[in-house]
Amino acid sequence: MVDAKMTANRPLSPHLQIFRPIITMVMSIVHRITGVGLYFGMALFAWWLLSAATGKGSFNFVSGLFGSIIGQIILFGFTWALIHHMLGGLRHFVWDLGHGFSLKTANAMAWATVIGSVSLTILLWIIGYLAM
Amino acid sequence: MRTPLGRVRGLGSAKEGTDHFWLQRITALANVPLTIFFVLMVIILAGENYRTVAATLSSPVIAILMLAAIISVVTHMRLGMQVVIEDYVHGETSKMILLILNTFFCAIVGLTSAFAILKLAFGG
Repeated sequence: MVDAKMTANRPLSPHLQIFRPIITMVMSIVHRITGVGLYFGMALFAWWLLSAATGKGSFNFVSGLFGSIIGQIILFGFTWALIHHMLGGLRHFVWDLGHGFSLKTANAMAWATVIGSVSLTILLWIIGYLAM
Repeated sequence: MRTPLGRVRGLGSAKEGTDHFWLQRITALANVPLTIFFVLMVIILAGENYRTVAATLSSPVIAILMLAAIISVVTHMRLGMQVVIEDYVHGETSKMILLILNTFFCAIVGLTSAFAILKLAFGG
């Protein structure tokens, strides 16, 4: 069994320093990063729900925090991460079904993921503000 | 190839199996409509007063869908984070501790959210 001490001192070949960021590679790691971000962001969601269940004062306090500038920025980031992770997930479903492995299709899906997530996030926030 | 340790743990050398893959895909699939529902609900509830928010969250259909979303999302995030931890943490003790903390965090998020929904739904 290999443990951390044995691997700590071995030489590593450079990767991040030498590889040009390819869109599929970038979308893959962003899929993971958004997943981790959403994971921790769920704690905020649980907190909001708990405040609603606790009562009016508690809910208004938490809503106030989420309505602040920093709160809105965090929420914006969270919704972008959510949409991006979902679109990335749909990309993975296409692969799971055995399609989309050609370079052209894989690149197209990767671009569609990020363009889609940015546009949908902006669209949803505009709708959200108009609905208020 | 099955190692003795793999046989004991019930996992292969990859530390995850088809159960994990399948459950991750099932929760991912369920998450698509459930998350869309959740996002739409947040947009509709944005800026509303407490009474409206509490009434909406406590209505039966909404509450059931929210519970479904919570269960699916929490399961999905637990599995996802498990893979991340296994990929990057190689010290056996640290990995075990983080995997346990992962489950606890997801359990707390899930239980807190579910409790809140149920409390609202049953008129608390």
